[in-house]
Amino acid sequence: MKRTVKVSLVATLCAALLLAAGCGGAPSQPANQGGSNQPSGSQSPVSGSEAGGEKQVEIFSWWTGAGEAAGLEGLIKLFTEKHPDIEVINAAVAGGAGTNAKAVLASRMSGGNPPDTFQVHAGHELLDTWVAADKMEPLNFLYESEGWYDVFPKQLVEMMSKDGNVYSVAVNIHRGNVMFYNKKVFDENNLTPPTTFDEFFTVAEALKAKGITPLALGDKEPWTALHLFESVLLGVIGPEKYNGLFDGSVSWDDPGVREALETFKRMLQYVNDDHAARNWQDASQLVAQGKAAMNVMGDWAKGYFTTDLNLKGNVDFGWAPSWNTEGTFMVISDTFGLPKGIQHREATIEFLKVLGSREGQDVFNPLKGSIPARTDADVSKYDDYSKEAMQDWSTNELTPSIAHGSAASPGFSEKITQVITVFVTTGNVDQAVADLVAAAGAELK
Amino acid sequence: MHGQRLERFVPFLMVLPSIILIAIFVYGFIGWTGYVSVSNWNTFVPDFSFAGLKNYAYLFRDFRFQSDLRNTLFFSVLFIGSCLVIGLALAVLVDQKLRGAAFFRNVFLFPMALSFVVTGVVWQWILNPSTGVNLWLRALGVENPPLWYVSTQVVPKIALGRIQFGLPLAILAVVIAGVWQQSGFAMATYLAGLQSIPEEVREAASVDGATEWQKFRYVILPMLRPMTITIVIMLAHVSLKTFDLVYAMTGPGAGYVTDVPGVYMFETSFRGNHYANGAGIAMVMLILSAAVTVPYLLGRGRRDLGDVDIN
Repeated sequence: MKRTVKVSLVATLCAALLLAAGCGGAPSQPANQGGSNQPSGSQSPVSGSEAGGEKQVEIFSWWTGAGEAAGLEGLIKLFTEKHPDIEVINAAVAGGAGTNAKAVLASRMSGGNPPDTFQVHAGHELLDTWVAADKMEPLNFLYESEGWYDVFPKQLVEMMSKDGNVYSVAVNIHRGNVMFYNKKVFDENNLTPPTTFDEFFTVAEALKAKGITPLALGDKEPWTALHLFESVLLGVIGPEKYNGLFDGSVSWDDPGVREALETFKRMLQYVNDDHAARNWQDASQLVAQGKAAMNVMGDWAKGYFTTDLNLKGNVDFGWAPSWNTEGTFMVISDTFGLPKGIQHREATIEFLKVLGSREGQDVFNPLKGSIPARTDADVSKYDDYSKEAMQDWSTNELTPSIAHGSAASPGFSEKITQVITVFVTTGNVDQAVADLVAAAGAELK
Repeated sequence: MHGQRLERFVPFLMVLPSIILIAIFVYGFIGWTGYVSVSNWNTFVPDFSFAGLKNYAYLFRDFRFQSDLRNTLFFSVLFIGSCLVIGLALAVLVDQKLRGAAFFRNVFLFPMALSFVVTGVVWQWILNPSTGVNLWLRALGVENPPLWYVSTQVVPKIALGRIQFGLPLAILAVVIAGVWQQSGFAMATYLAGLQSIPEEVREAASVDGATEWQKFRYVILPMLRPMTITIVIMLAHVSLKTFDLVYAMTGPGAGYVTDVPGVYMFETSFRGNHYANGAGIAMVMLILSAAVTVPYLLGRGRRDLGDVDIN
């Protein structure tokens, strides 16, 4: 008898715990209480949030790293100067490239508990996920009242639009197809940084003979291998065909794709042996230390070089568009939108206005290391690299990135990542092409 | 009479909430996952139309999932096997009643206090091919130290369709980390078993003229059988459902040599929005775990527990 009572006590206790855990994330709670999703960096919300309903805005992002967190703080500071009555809740979730934040976001969105505004890449990540699920409000009214149609590049606005409605505000631009190189390594060995694939292989052979790793790669997180591959793909087939791969007008068994895979495979003979143990920072470090000569990475690597490693642009390291991609700009753009059903709609709209303003972008981007999405920014606030990138941004042809969610839906991107991950080990071109065609068949409808 | 009925009724009432909650949050959600796994919900937009076994057919043809099943098999066998052998060896040593035995018992148990995430990160540093234990190996004159979890080799190279059926060398690194953490558990269980063996049994064996080895092999080892079964059951479901250790330590690994269904499930559901495929993977993991535990609960369990009613 005693035993039974004990057992039932324990069972009841468990039940109570379960009940408590179950309620924490219930959608009936105020929007800013994320239950277990409550990020560590956020302030605890005021209990009477209905009373001060319009006085808060919760900003959800994965900007917790050095430069990006500073950029976000700068932006929030500017916003509170303009709107001292609105409380900003910085709900940043740590994790590289948003790996954790995206899972948290998905559970909040499907649980009917959206953050007031959240970071999302322009392109299919925005359109095929949140817009397709009818979770976002069109922002045409803001674009008209703020005159944004004139200051954001047309191609970028298209990447955020569906059926004539635009769904988010771009705050920054990163470039994906950049080759960074160690200047000293090239000078000491009397080599010129390659601009074409032929030059690359010549230079790589020369560097290898001297015991220097020609190309640094860190694909512990599989997206970096895809990042390199998409740059190669763009270089081999050019922007027009590249864009065509994602709207279905160019087939994935195009000879160009095959050639890109062959080139990529040949290139992998020149990367560091321990690439699978490194992440992108570790790979960039090889270039910084002169152990490797080149590295293809988005231009956040520039921020890493200058901010974390204290290197000087054009002295310690140089840059160029990755091989054969001169004149093309692989766009990665962070944007923020207006989810449906949020509690602080007016305050959020005010925040979006600051986000899209020239002033806001010029506060944020020099700190984050990116360039503004607007074409009318104050050039004097940016370093040499960014000035060049801004020049290219306003003149180049734009292409979306697969590795960063712009070119294809999350489902398709994930499958392409899988194909490339396997390809890096097996080098089987026929199989990779067959897998890409199958993935495109299933995902491009 | 009346009081007696109440006495029967109250415990039932107290257990009732947990029965209801378990019915909903465990079995209800298993059913829900099973339902999603046969639906067409493979984008963020929910689509619960019936897809039949399409998602399962896709999974079992999928290179990554085939690799995952191979990895799980090799990981489980090596991980559980090593934990049993090392745990038993440690338990026998600690049981020698030497000075400091209690100290060592705690030392061997300590890794269990860590989470798999911490273990994974620490061992990732230790086994990093260019900065970890290989620095020592190089200093000792080893010219080509192992690549540890970076290795893409599968040995021996037996191809079954597209996948290489064999042991991915990178898995060994994960096994080392897992065994480091969990062999203490095996030790503690065996130690409890060893200490519950009555002294008379050992004495009887000695009187019969058994050597130390014979005592161990023919008397003690058979009596530890329930412990072995407990350890296998407990560790099998850890290894079949493993996620955090692999996710923190290696991720999917180059060419998916260290990928496991848990990691694939997480990535395909929450990064690729393929919820139906993710649910399918979860169901396969459930079936694998059930295949290990259910026979135990039905047969072995009843016999081991003797007359105690496990219901």
